[in-house]
Amino acid sequence: MASVPQDHGHDHAHDHDHHPTGLMRYLTTTNHKDIGSMYMWFSFVMFISGGIMALLIRAELFQPGLQILQPERFNQLTTLHGIVMIFGAIMPAFVGFANWMLPLQLGAPDMAFARMNNWSFWLLPPAAILLIGSFFVPGGAAAGGWTLYPPLSIQAGMGMDMMIFAVHIMGASSIMGSINIITTILNLRAPGMTMMKMPMFAWTWLITAFLLIATMPVLAGAVTMLLTDRHFGTTFFNAAGGGDPVMFQHIFWFFGHPEVYIIALPAFGVVSQIIPTFSRKPLFGYASMVYATASIAILSFIVWAHHMYTTGLPVAGQLYFMYATMLIAVPTAAKIFNWLATMWRGSITLETPMLFCLGFLFLFTMGGFTGLVLSLTPVDIQLHDTYYVVAHFHYVMVAGALFSAFAAVYYWGPKWTGWMYEEKHGKIHFWWSLIAFNVTFFPQHFLGLAGMPRRIPDYNMQFTEWNQVSSIGAFAFGTAQLYFIWIVIRMIRGKSGIRAAAKPWDGAEGLEWTVPSPAPYHTFETPPIVK
Amino acid sequence: MSASSHSAPGHYYVPQPSIWPIVGSVALLTLAIGAVMTMNKLDGGFPVLAVGFAILFFMMFGWFGAVIKESEARLYGKNVDLSFRWSMSWFIFSEVMFFAAFFGALGFARLHSVPDLASIDSKLLWPNFGGAWPTTGPYIDSPFSPMGAWGIPAINTALLLTSGITLTIAHHAMLAGQRSKLILWLAATIVLGCIFLGFQVYEYVHAYSDLNLKLTSGIFGSTFFMLTGFHGFHVTVGVIMLTVVLIRCMRGHFDEKHHFAFEAAAWYWHFVDVVWLGLFVVVYMM
Repeated sequence: MASVPQDHGHDHAHDHDHHPTGLMRYLTTTNHKDIGSMYMWFSFVMFISGGIMALLIRAELFQPGLQILQPERFNQLTTLHGIVMIFGAIMPAFVGFANWMLPLQLGAPDMAFARMNNWSFWLLPPAAILLIGSFFVPGGAAAGGWTLYPPLSIQAGMGMDMMIFAVHIMGASSIMGSINIITTILNLRAPGMTMMKMPMFAWTWLITAFLLIATMPVLAGAVTMLLTDRHFGTTFFNAAGGGDPVMFQHIFWFFGHPEVYIIALPAFGVVSQIIPTFSRKPLFGYASMVYATASIAILSFIVWAHHMYTTGLPVAGQLYFMYATMLIAVPTAAKIFNWLATMWRGSITLETPMLFCLGFLFLFTMGGFTGLVLSLTPVDIQLHDTYYVVAHFHYVMVAGALFSAFAAVYYWGPKWTGWMYEEKHGKIHFWWSLIAFNVTFFPQHFLGLAGMPRRIPDYNMQFTEWNQVSSIGAFAFGTAQLYFIWIVIRMIRGKSGIRAAAKPWDGAEGLEWTVPSPAPYHTFETPPIVK
Repeated sequence: MSASSHSAPGHYYVPQPSIWPIVGSVALLTLAIGAVMTMNKLDGGFPVLAVGFAILFFMMFGWFGAVIKESEARLYGKNVDLSFRWSMSWFIFSEVMFFAAFFGALGFARLHSVPDLASIDSKLLWPNFGGAWPTTGPYIDSPFSPMGAWGIPAINTALLLTSGITLTIAHHAMLAGQRSKLILWLAATIVLGCIFLGFQVYEYVHAYSDLNLKLTSGIFGSTFFMLTGFHGFHVTVGVIMLTVVLIRCMRGHFDEKHHFAFEAAAWYWHFVDVVWLGLFVVVYMM
């Protein structure tokens, strides 16, 4: 961020440093704070892009019949909305937090591989260019859904090729970023900070990075097979040549289910930092939190086919995946329990980060419960590909990951910018988002239970009212996020007039609060000692 | 380079701002656009691809060159060395998972999709399909002979296993500070890798011209060529890595304690070796 001063407050041998300024500073930077900020800005731009797609979808669904979008365009928008939000908005937001905060939390001078860190970020804009640009090529963007199932993805035009290469590039970015994060956590902790003394955010990112390294190459393999099926005559997903379209779903969801936790675990990490701070109590059950996180990660590899109950799995397979999926509720419930127990008899105050965490707790739990409903094979066969599923994963992705990302911005923003945000505006943003979110997505449960299919631009008359409610909520939610960026820009410019102290939250603990706010350009060049 | 301050004890080397990552991003964007154009038969695809590769190689020379300079200036202390070890291990793990996707596809086809297409459930659609492996699938009518395991593939297995031994001898020479022995055995490893690649090329020509075994030969051709092709690509990368290390050895880089580039290339080499053993058993023998 432009307000971060360069090289202030440190005086030793950097005479030979030649820090470029302006655009070149950001193109060539090896500083984790610059790179973290770029990740966050990129994430916000993609969040707005994906949000515009969502609002176009909701505008079309305001009434039955076709009003503003042709079905092909509608399908392109649902596809790109998914990919852009997952790979462009949510994942980079949390990588941005990791870049900014992990070196500060661990007492490291920077990320382990500062130059590769730059590349991990700068691979994302080319991928975004390919994704957004695909709307403007003949045939338009990929339209088979973000899951890229064949045969639709085999038949599509060149927009699908652009999608495939974008996925390759984003995968390379994720793998490099994850190797960087794992190495930083394993090797750059300050002396005395043992693994079990690490902040939970570092633990959740360690496990997330492992998931990314294990699954991103599998996705790369899957889309490579799509590419060769499309252009070079292989028959991986073509029954005529002995292949099977369902095989793609197996490979894809072997990546796709861990991906859910790649998004959720860093969010859990953020919540595990914030709830103790505003409850003024240490995190309840730290060790069990670590074990629960690891259990979720391991279980996430062996439940993938619960996305595929309607593909004709054998009954034994359906039963296995049903029970294995339900098992995930156990470590997840342990985490929810620990957060509640942390708050139990704490002296709680409700600043904006805490409000978003409480919103997270209620709504993510709700999304978890609908997930349990969907894990039941006989129920899922009814609900598969209906709006119930859409409602379920938006409770997890938006109220889970996105709300905790907002919480992180309000919680760590003073450390990044040196200024407090305006509490009144933060609170309005929270309540506005909370209400608009529920107005948007709660009715989708009813629509799904009544049988409205997802990914279709038209619907039966009886679904009209709840769709209209949902669309109104969506536009209100979108507007709230413009309000959010206005709040953030005012925070960067210091409009609140309140300078952030080194430790602006009295209940906060950790090394990140021992450096001044805003954090100097270089921190912990000599590692601190942790007792 | 402000060498002294960075390599002092307790300091972790953080590189200066660098243009190479953004050059690499431009390269990959150009490559992606070129590939999309080429695959969709648009004019100008090949030149764009060529430009993309040129920028990519320029980036690799520049970036790796910078790393080699920093390494030779001994800017990388113990901690940086340990970071390299972690990162190379995790990178190889990611490569394992990439191959796992293709091995998984082969397993799925053999254990599930092909038997299913030959089962009673599919008789109405494909009444004459027996489901014997190897197969082009029920609809592609282009019979081929599979590649026998005990000709060139067996020789290739022996070549790669031998190259693992010669590489280990080279490593011991490095540890003992015997430079000429190191160079000799490392060169031998590279020669063995090149012979392996030559045999692979010969085998592909043989498959296409004599066996009618092609990439388009149904699920067998798909898995055969994608698995062996990606492996061959990784061997090529390994040969390039070892060659760079060999040139550095000849120029007097490294010493008994400071030679992680050698070890990383060696780890990678052993990894492609192990993948080959998996391929030999699963693709050629079974």
